Amino acid sequence: MTPAADPGARRAVVRQSLSVGIATGAYGISFGALAVAAGLGTWQAMALSLLMFTGGSQFAFVSIIAAGLHAAPAAIAASSMLGIRNGLYALELTHLLAVRGVPRVAAAHLTIDESTAVAVAQDDVRTSRLGFWLTGVSVFVLWNLSTLAGALIGNLVGDPRTYGLDAAACAAFTALLWPRLRDRDAVAIAVVGALVAVVLSPTMPPGIPVVAAAGASLLAWRAPRREQA
Amino acid sequence: MSLWTALLVAAAIAFGLKLAGHLVPAHLLDAPRVRRITAALPIALLAALVATQAFTGPGGVFVLDARAVAVGVAVVALLLRAPFIVVVVLGAATAALLRALGWA
Repeated sequence: MTPAADPGARRAVVRQSLSVGIATGAYGISFGALAVAAGLGTWQAMALSLLMFTGGSQFAFVSIIAAGLHAAPAAIAASSMLGIRNGLYALELTHLLAVRGVPRVAAAHLTIDESTAVAVAQDDVRTSRLGFWLTGVSVFVLWNLSTLAGALIGNLVGDPRTYGLDAAACAAFTALLWPRLRDRDAVAIAVVGALVAVVLSPTMPPGIPVVAAAGASLLAWRAPRREQA
Repeated sequence: MSLWTALLVAAAIAFGLKLAGHLVPAHLLDAPRVRRITAALPIALLAALVATQAFTGPGGVFVLDARAVAVGVAVVALLLRAPFIVVVVLGAATAALLRALGWA
């Protein structure tokens, strides 16, 4: 093991990792509050952040299960399909990290949008690894602490609608979707997914329309049109 | 199924997917079509979640209320590059304000 060639790059990745951790941790507050508004107990909100630890899936799970336990299979399906992308990140990361045994299990748990983004943005392997671990751990710690804070705040709030917590969930999903709308094909998939869900909602049990809307991703079957120069 | 069971099953699947990516040989998922569709999955699901959370009321019927305005405000905030937490707080505040005023 050789030290990173450039101490400047090392300092930069530490700064980047911690700021991503703090920013992500902050919105754990909204997750905790939404989870209890959806009917979960504080411990259940905590368990999701500790064990599931992937924001999009957690938001999806609580939003769908808010309709009641009969929506549980749809909540599991939606959160699982959203979690597939972490498996794809892991494919990229596993070569980069080159760990085995317990560290590999820990790396798997910390494989999320943020840790992957910081890791792949670095120029050399040493800073990439540092970025992955530091971002993953700081997001994990702050996400869990802020989930607890959010759940406690949510318990103090009576009707979640009074403080717009239901609208906070809408805004959260919009913010999670936004960075993915990079091209026309992505926008088309989003529009079809949204339409399918809204059209099916009156006739299907809660959550099922969201699961059905996943079919819109098959629009990506065909290769994208020639890339722009 | 209890809420705890559902929660633990979902969490186990989430972890299993992460771990699988660290264990499965990469070439198994290397087909460009598989990659395109798996990249498109979160887009379709998140859009469906926005749509059902924001535009459907009791019984799943289409409604336009304070939540739709909140999504509009969230989009403006995102266009202005606001951070996630600011977008969420603005969305909540918009709906809370409209309801306090009795407009939606």
